[in-house]
Amino acid sequence: MGTSLAGQMVNLLAAFLLLVAFAMLSQRRVLSLVRLFAWQGAALAASTLLVAYSTGQNHLYYSAALAVALKVILIPWVLHRLIDRLDVRWDIETPINIPTTMLVGIALVIFAFALATPISEMSSTITRGTLGIALACVLLSFLMMIVRRKAIPQVIGFLAMENGLFFAATSATHGMPLVVELGVALDVLVGTFIFGIFFFHIREQFDSLDIRHMEKLKED
Amino acid sequence: MELLSVLAFPLLGGILLGVFGHRRWAPELNAAMSLATLLAAGALTVRVIEEGPTTVLEEQFFVDPFNVFLVALTAFVGFTTALFSRPYMRTEEHAGRLSAGRLRLYHSMYQLFSFTMLLCLLTNNVGILWVAMEGATLSTVLLVSLYRTPQSLEAAWKYFILCGVGIAQALFGTILLYFAAEKVLGAGGTALLWTHLHEVRGELEPTVVSLAFVFLLVGYGTKVGLVPLHNWLPDAHAEGPTPVSAVLSGLLLNVALYAVVRSKVLVDGALETGFSGNLMMGFGLLSVVVAAFFLSRQRDVKRMFAYSSIEHMGIMTFAFGMGGPVAAFAGLLHMTVHSLTKSAIFFTVGHAAHATGTQSMDAIRGLIRQSPTIGWGLALGSIAILGMPPFGVFTSEFMVLTTAMHEHSWATPFLLVALGVAFAAVFGKVQPMIFGETTARPLPHPPALVPVFVHLAVVLMLGLYIPPYLVDWYRQAAALIG
Repeated sequence: MGTSLAGQMVNLLAAFLLLVAFAMLSQRRVLSLVRLFAWQGAALAASTLLVAYSTGQNHLYYSAALAVALKVILIPWVLHRLIDRLDVRWDIETPINIPTTMLVGIALVIFAFALATPISEMSSTITRGTLGIALACVLLSFLMMIVRRKAIPQVIGFLAMENGLFFAATSATHGMPLVVELGVALDVLVGTFIFGIFFFHIREQFDSLDIRHMEKLKED
Repeated sequence: MELLSVLAFPLLGGILLGVFGHRRWAPELNAAMSLATLLAAGALTVRVIEEGPTTVLEEQFFVDPFNVFLVALTAFVGFTTALFSRPYMRTEEHAGRLSAGRLRLYHSMYQLFSFTMLLCLLTNNVGILWVAMEGATLSTVLLVSLYRTPQSLEAAWKYFILCGVGIAQALFGTILLYFAAEKVLGAGGTALLWTHLHEVRGELEPTVVSLAFVFLLVGYGTKVGLVPLHNWLPDAHAEGPTPVSAVLSGLLLNVALYAVVRSKVLVDGALETGFSGNLMMGFGLLSVVVAAFFLSRQRDVKRMFAYSSIEHMGIMTFAFGMGGPVAAFAGLLHMTVHSLTKSAIFFTVGHAAHATGTQSMDAIRGLIRQSPTIGWGLALGSIAILGMPPFGVFTSEFMVLTTAMHEHSWATPFLLVALGVAFAAVFGKVQPMIFGETTARPLPHPPALVPVFVHLAVVLMLGLYIPPYLVDWYRQAAALIG
């Protein structure tokens, strides 16, 4: 198998990741967001696997397996459980202006590409074109965290941002050393659980998961 | 060996207290584990001073005079804060604000927080540094929301999201750094080891490294509390339990700044320009000025001292940004004295808030009548933090100012005005809290004031006389980062 074919496949998956990031930005339903997040994780794992196969970097197989276990299975499952227990399955977020958000998102993608181009040119990996997409995914998730007013979509934005960073690591450098990736995965996992605990505390205290209740601490 | 025991004690403490943290003797166990960490850190310090920098366990951990100085400081303040937290947490339990389960959470997380900070300092791997820094956020976020009040939940949420987003930028910076290093060192484990990076720093690709530094500075700078990324800091300090405020201000901010300075050393080697220094000076100066003007608007005493921490972190960032042996020396000295003084202030403020039942500065009056030691502690602490001679903060601020006059004279008026404004604000608010008719009542558990006066005595000593071996030690550390 030629590396060019693998490279093109990785580019395709990168485009899919970007598409999912935009879909998340425009998705109002919580449950669909979790599904999109799982798809993003799957695309990430597939692209890691492809890079591992085409470059012979064995430790990338482990990171691909880690991505599947954590981002396709475990975290979406935890989020589903949380959504069930909190009974917010049919929550819909209305007060966001999707067309404007999309336009801002497009501007962010252009910015990300402008920032990443000089670095991609120095890269020798087969996936060098994808660094811009990775940075764009990070920025789009960042935007999602800013525009969302509910706790669970904010957290999904947070996790999607970590996906973007993971993709940046595989596309620019064939992945960070395994010990670092394991550490990052541990942090993400612990973070997800703490967020879960938090949801219950917030709900208990405010009777809702709306972040607008939590903007009282201001300078006066 | 000493190095691994410095890490093993708090980890073990975290596990033990996760099981026994609700027992009556848990506060004593907490203090004992912190004491063991302190003793191990002392042994490590002696070893490093005598034998010079070393690496341990296939170069995964390393010590040099710069990080061992912060390890000693972290272990020391960790221990004294554990002493302070004994009567503080007993009073909270007495007042019914905390259940047994939350005390267990508190004690266990306190030790794990120490562990993550020490891991940040001792690891040689820039990636693990990131992991440990995120771990420090995760271990403190449930401590900030320990009281489960609406305000504390809001503060913890803000802390979690802002620091999480910030630190994600630092991860991107680390990836870029690895990308640059991989070209020189080859793929694999060694390309993220700081000692290796330091050796080849001259060969790293300048464009990539400078972009990496921007991300690293923004990321770790969020945890340092640099303006405009400081929003989480006053809330987290004001709403969490006071021992947590003391370690956040006294230790976590230092550790985050340590990460920034380590990155700066690499970037300076690669760039040969003042890019990173200028960026740090800009952020530092902005933090000093903005925080000083916010000080006078505060009503909550812990919030006010949190803004004072932002101001002082700004001074340190500015000092490290200027670079050179004198400024780096001043920055290190300021790290020491600020962390000792600020934690001492939080100890007295914690007891004062218990004695008066409020954190609002308008309602705290006449502390010195009810308890002369608390009153004097707060008075001396405030004078020290405001940079009055003969305390050590004066020495370090004086060194920063004189260096700034020589090298960057445009910055001195801003610094002087900010220091003046800060003085007026804090002094004007603290003075009526100490004197006048008292609103304080006796405390149910005798306050732990020994740590306060030990800290202040050390700060006073550093202002009057720095022992020669300490000067040597600081010089060695300053040479590493200057």
